[in-house]
Amino acid sequence: MDEGNSFFTNEPMLEMYIFETSNLIEQLEEILMKVEESERLSEDEINEIFRIMHTIKGSSAMMMISNITKLAHSMEDLFYYVRENKNLEADVSKLSSKTLESLDFIKAEISKIKDGIMADGDENELVEDIKEYLGLISGDKSIEIKREPNNKKQRYYISPGSTIKEETMRKFIVKVTFEKDCQMENIRAYTVIHNLKDSCKELFHLPKDLIEDANCTNYIVLNGFVIYITTPKTKEEIKELIEMEVFVKTIDIEAVEEFDENILEVQEENKKVDVRIYVPETAVQEKEITAPSMKQNIISVNVNRLDKLMDMVGEIVITESMVIKNKDLEGLSLDSFNKAAIQLRKLTDELQDIVMAIRMVPISLVFTKMHRVVRDMSKKLGKEVELEIIGEETEVDKNIIDNISDPIMHLIRNCMDHGIEENDERVDKGKQRKGRVMLEAKNTSGEVVIKVIDDGKGLDKQKILSKARKNGILTKDESDMTEREIFGLIFVPGFSTKEEVTEFSGRGVGMDVVKKNIEKVGGSVFIESVFDIGTTINIKIPLTLAIVDGMEVSVGSSVYTIPIMSIKESFKMKREELIIDTSGNEMVMVRGNCYPIMRLHELFKVETKNTNIEDGIIVMVEAGDRIICLYADALLGEQQVVVKPLPPYLSRYITKECGIAGCTILGDGNISLILDTAGIINGVI
Amino acid sequence: MSVNLNEINEELEEDTQHGKFLTFAIGHEYFGIEIQYVKEIIGIQPVIEVPEVPNYVKGIINLRGSIIPVIDVRLKFKKEFLEYNDRTCIIVIEIKNILIGLIVDQVAEVLKIADENIVSPPDFKTGFHQKYIKGLGKVGNEVKLLLDCEMILDEDEVEQMENGKLKTFNF
Repeated sequence: MDEGNSFFTNEPMLEMYIFETSNLIEQLEEILMKVEESERLSEDEINEIFRIMHTIKGSSAMMMISNITKLAHSMEDLFYYVRENKNLEADVSKLSSKTLESLDFIKAEISKIKDGIMADGDENELVEDIKEYLGLISGDKSIEIKREPNNKKQRYYISPGSTIKEETMRKFIVKVTFEKDCQMENIRAYTVIHNLKDSCKELFHLPKDLIEDANCTNYIVLNGFVIYITTPKTKEEIKELIEMEVFVKTIDIEAVEEFDENILEVQEENKKVDVRIYVPETAVQEKEITAPSMKQNIISVNVNRLDKLMDMVGEIVITESMVIKNKDLEGLSLDSFNKAAIQLRKLTDELQDIVMAIRMVPISLVFTKMHRVVRDMSKKLGKEVELEIIGEETEVDKNIIDNISDPIMHLIRNCMDHGIEENDERVDKGKQRKGRVMLEAKNTSGEVVIKVIDDGKGLDKQKILSKARKNGILTKDESDMTEREIFGLIFVPGFSTKEEVTEFSGRGVGMDVVKKNIEKVGGSVFIESVFDIGTTINIKIPLTLAIVDGMEVSVGSSVYTIPIMSIKESFKMKREELIIDTSGNEMVMVRGNCYPIMRLHELFKVETKNTNIEDGIIVMVEAGDRIICLYADALLGEQQVVVKPLPPYLSRYITKECGIAGCTILGDGNISLILDTAGIINGVI
Repeated sequence: MSVNLNEINEELEEDTQHGKFLTFAIGHEYFGIEIQYVKEIIGIQPVIEVPEVPNYVKGIINLRGSIIPVIDVRLKFKKEFLEYNDRTCIIVIEIKNILIGLIVDQVAEVLKIADENIVSPPDFKTGFHQKYIKGLGKVGNEVKLLLDCEMILDEDEVEQMENGKLKTFNF
């Protein structure tokens, strides 16, 4: 294996390879999930699995990743056998288990490659395993898969539209050699094929891959180019067609009755022309895994380019307001200018919407992965659980999708492990034997709500409280706590109700990490639960991270942006309302509750003349369930801002704990820092 | 894989830029930085302060839509702060794809200094900004201190940033 070299020289190709293979694996997983559910394997599904394995094999071989190639090859053999023996009585679940095992291996190898490590996993065990299994189902231990040409219907026709009658068909094997040193033999061979294909019913050739295989040129020079054709034309006519290519030296046409067996492999290779572009799965095409007619309409784009586009559009919006509100224009009568300006604004708004829409991907990308999680869990835990997915077409920003996959997976695992009871216990309780987990997504005003619902035993408030007491994480009097607050304890670091640690959950990390991950994308999470009926975990996430509704506040000469989402209210304060404790901390009493005050100029060490509490403004902000009052000089107004990350040079000084989430460029070209309220609150309380 | 044309172009460009230095002044001293790092020179503009940074990091500026950090070279070299005036400039340099602005007292000129006129700095350990100096360039009677741009960021700092970048790389 010398993939070490090829990695670094073929980076764009490698990137493409990883992308394609990952997509194929996902597709395949989905098919297998469906297969397991319905417990039968349709012909289409077999063909699809075969095709995917074949593609993985081909592209892995091209990237010289030998272990994946070998494994995919043996899988291909297996499914080849299954495909050819339609009456085979095979255990579908076993077959899919085997396939999933192999998939896991491939997945692991792919992620190694992604990290820049060599794919060095040992595939032999799996390959042997598959061979053995193949031997088992075929009833022949020493089976060597010989691929017989299958019946005519399934043959691949290059020219499907041909209406030539079968009776007049003749079969020829044509061997073409080219002039010595004519160069680019493969391209010339391709031209020959091109000339021939319209007048042939079937056409296969050797070498199979003219375009991508670098060795084919040598092969043609040494052995000549062999074409197998079925055509109504005569020998002479064929010869004429071939001679259209100028550098042809000899043409050797031989009429035959039937083609050799090994040309079937050629066919297979030709099938590769199939699907390459990723098609997002939507509810509509659930039955159809690939819909050929849609393929040309979707392209895959590098996310970085989209980010750049997004930035550019943000700039345009800002520049536009710089032009339209330019000071030079003040006091002029600008009727037609204003008209044009309105037109421009309309267009830029539209442009912004479109760019946003491009970045949106359906949440099904995350949801469909969960089928696999549920399947693995229910096998391992011995609980029968059914996963229902609602609203998978809901669209969310790509960045957010990347961040919520892990939390959702964790939640699903959790509710299967802790929530859903053993099957027998369920029957005793009068519930359906099979547990149910529902994954639901829906759009509500600028937010996406994701619910993970199970019909398990629900949360036990007393148990949670006693556990919290034991671990010393209670911050409030028990009797004062609302139901939601009690359930919220689960998200506190170091809390886990499960006594034993299982493979999947119960390590005491997890729920707090879930919460952290969700908060990272600006979301929130809370639990509703009824004992013995079930639990619902609600996750609210913003549609996008890239644009935030912000409130601009000034502190000295600086301008800060506070995300409107986190603002509860703002008010002016009177001197006598200010409470100062013994260590000098300032507080304010609002409607019977006491909140700490954080002066922004002190927090960010900004000079300002405005230090009298009565002169400035108090902005009450909230993150999670904690509230703090920020003191700023003045409110400047509300604005939609495009969030930009701080330059990388600064990110080692400024972390999230400093209370800065990023920065943005205001309409007048100035920069404003965006506050991270959660960070500030964590720093203060 | 075929030969990368861009690489060739870059090499050629580097060649024509070789030996050329942009010189600028900090107090009475003249410094030079290799022209290949210099993206552009802009006048001083309002700098937005950011919290929690060393004093030589003055903050961030908006350079036609990209937000770049600026460093006061005076402070970085532990000299006294000088009020900015109309001669103060920001030299925007690009090091390993990272843009950074350097605030300098004034920009002088672009000089060609032949390799044989560049000597290594003497090996003494007392020089306070010695680690940033790559060599000394002789131009007529004067001597220009040639800065090692990558050291301005501190070598490990650049690496750190690159690592950080790799981690956030989205596939």
